[in-house]
Amino acid sequence: MDRVLSTADRARAKLRLLQMHFEAGVGHIGGNLSALDLVMAIHHLLGDGDEFVLSKGHSAGSLYVTLWSRGELDDDALRTFHRDDTLLAAHPPPAGVPGVPFATGSLGHGLPLSCGLALSRKLRGESGRVWCLMSDGEWNEGSNWEAVIFGRHQHLDNLTIVVDLNGLQGFGTTAEVADLHPLATKLRDFGWEVDEVDGHDVAAFLAAAQRRCDVPRAILASTVKGKGVSFMEGKVEWHYLPLTAELYAQAVREVRAAAGLSDTNEA
Amino acid sequence: MRTAFCSAMVGVATRPELVFLTGDLGFMALEPLRDSLGARFINAGVAEQNMIGVAAGLARCGWRPWAYSIAPFIYARPYEQLRNDVAMHGLPVTMVGNGGGYGYGVMGATHHALEDYGAVLALGGIRVMVPAFEPDVAQAVGQILDRSQPAYLRLGLDEAPKAFARPPFAPWRRLVVGRGGTIVVCGPLVGGLIGAVRDLPEERRPNLWLVSELPIIDLPAEFVADVEASARVVVAEEHVATGGVGERLAREFLLRGVTVRRFLHRCAVGYPTGRYGSQAFHRRECGLDAASLLAALDGSS
Repeated sequence: MDRVLSTADRARAKLRLLQMHFEAGVGHIGGNLSALDLVMAIHHLLGDGDEFVLSKGHSAGSLYVTLWSRGELDDDALRTFHRDDTLLAAHPPPAGVPGVPFATGSLGHGLPLSCGLALSRKLRGESGRVWCLMSDGEWNEGSNWEAVIFGRHQHLDNLTIVVDLNGLQGFGTTAEVADLHPLATKLRDFGWEVDEVDGHDVAAFLAAAQRRCDVPRAILASTVKGKGVSFMEGKVEWHYLPLTAELYAQAVREVRAAAGLSDTNEA
Repeated sequence: MRTAFCSAMVGVATRPELVFLTGDLGFMALEPLRDSLGARFINAGVAEQNMIGVAAGLARCGWRPWAYSIAPFIYARPYEQLRNDVAMHGLPVTMVGNGGGYGYGVMGATHHALEDYGAVLALGGIRVMVPAFEPDVAQAVGQILDRSQPAYLRLGLDEAPKAFARPPFAPWRRLVVGRGGTIVVCGPLVGGLIGAVRDLPEERRPNLWLVSELPIIDLPAEFVADVEASARVVVAEEHVATGGVGERLAREFLLRGVTVRRFLHRCAVGYPTGRYGSQAFHRRECGLDAASLLAALDGSS
């Protein structure tokens, strides 16, 4: 770990995420806000030989901003988000962005890919860990269940999946669309070690994430879609909506206030 | 060709970057490879989407993964994984499909692969190898390993007469020379034609060309000369018309200004009678048997 992941760091990233989406005039903000704390926390843990796969590719903004927070992408790059001739498409590209190993966006791909990365380390006797961030709606995809069986059978104890459990998916709540609750029980039945944490309690997440065990693990992180912005929190429409200038200003005020950042503090 | 394939893979098993995944197939065929590769032989279970994703993940770490199943299960079931995980990233995963075309015969329609290489080629950047003869397999395996790109290897049965001197694997091979038109074949289907045409009198004997690697990069000058000298050119393949060799060849002829007097395409047309049978039965139904192809060539069908 290079430094403490402070509340202010996270708030600055959240503000940069809002700015990036506002300037680009695009949606998918809600799922990015639910994922941002998790993406930042996982990157905080990444060491030599570790790799991160964003299976919920529609939260690419949270990944780009996390990479920005770590100095791996700059403001010029973020300003190209969603524009013509950019590498930073709404979903991660197959090449050209450090820290983005795979193009994702079609759900149900990240976990099998992560199993491949983890298996490679096993076959070579390498020590690195593989982290895969998934959405909760994504568990509708059968390929994930294939990978859950595979990961357990191949003893991929170097693989940790983190599920952004925000309870909302494309056209309703996860309970309404294809209820898998409780996901923890199902994954445990498949032989995975499961932890359940508050996905916005970074300290709790980091404590759970650093616990080692001898089977593959899942951390089910309860999150709030649109976290930190009152009018977005828990609203399915913020899976899609872009921000107006007024709402953007309100969102910035709320995030600053919650983090104790003054209006003159640089975001 | 499963045995030849297994032997070929055993022959390269000492390459440390090689890893083999099977979708729970290979019983009574791949055991020697399993024994050679040890931990690098992975039965990924009946879960082809995951298998291809895993293979892509391994390839990204520098491995050369081979993923094996019955042909339809290796390209159709995990098609999006081929597209997104493999082709989009240009990762050197090799998909091996056993029983291309109607190879699984009376096993039925679910086990046939009638649109495999067309579908795979549509993704771009995937090299397709279609061995026609047993010795082709080891050469194709070697060529795939020499290149670092995605590949699809379509296996069938070697149907050529035992005594036939099989020329080395190449994208284009002229197997028989004659003056009775030109037949172009993709895959093991050619084996049955060799015996049917080679003893014909020269004026009735066709030039028999074999295509074994796709997409078509180039047309050999001798092939173009044969085509332009022929009253009829018949393209035959155990694959649907869409995305097949016939379509690709017709496009090449047009783009290159090759003069073709009469172009005929015999290909897989599914199940015209709704009945199922051996590979030979389905070929007959599609006009892909040797007698039908020769009739097409001389204009009697």
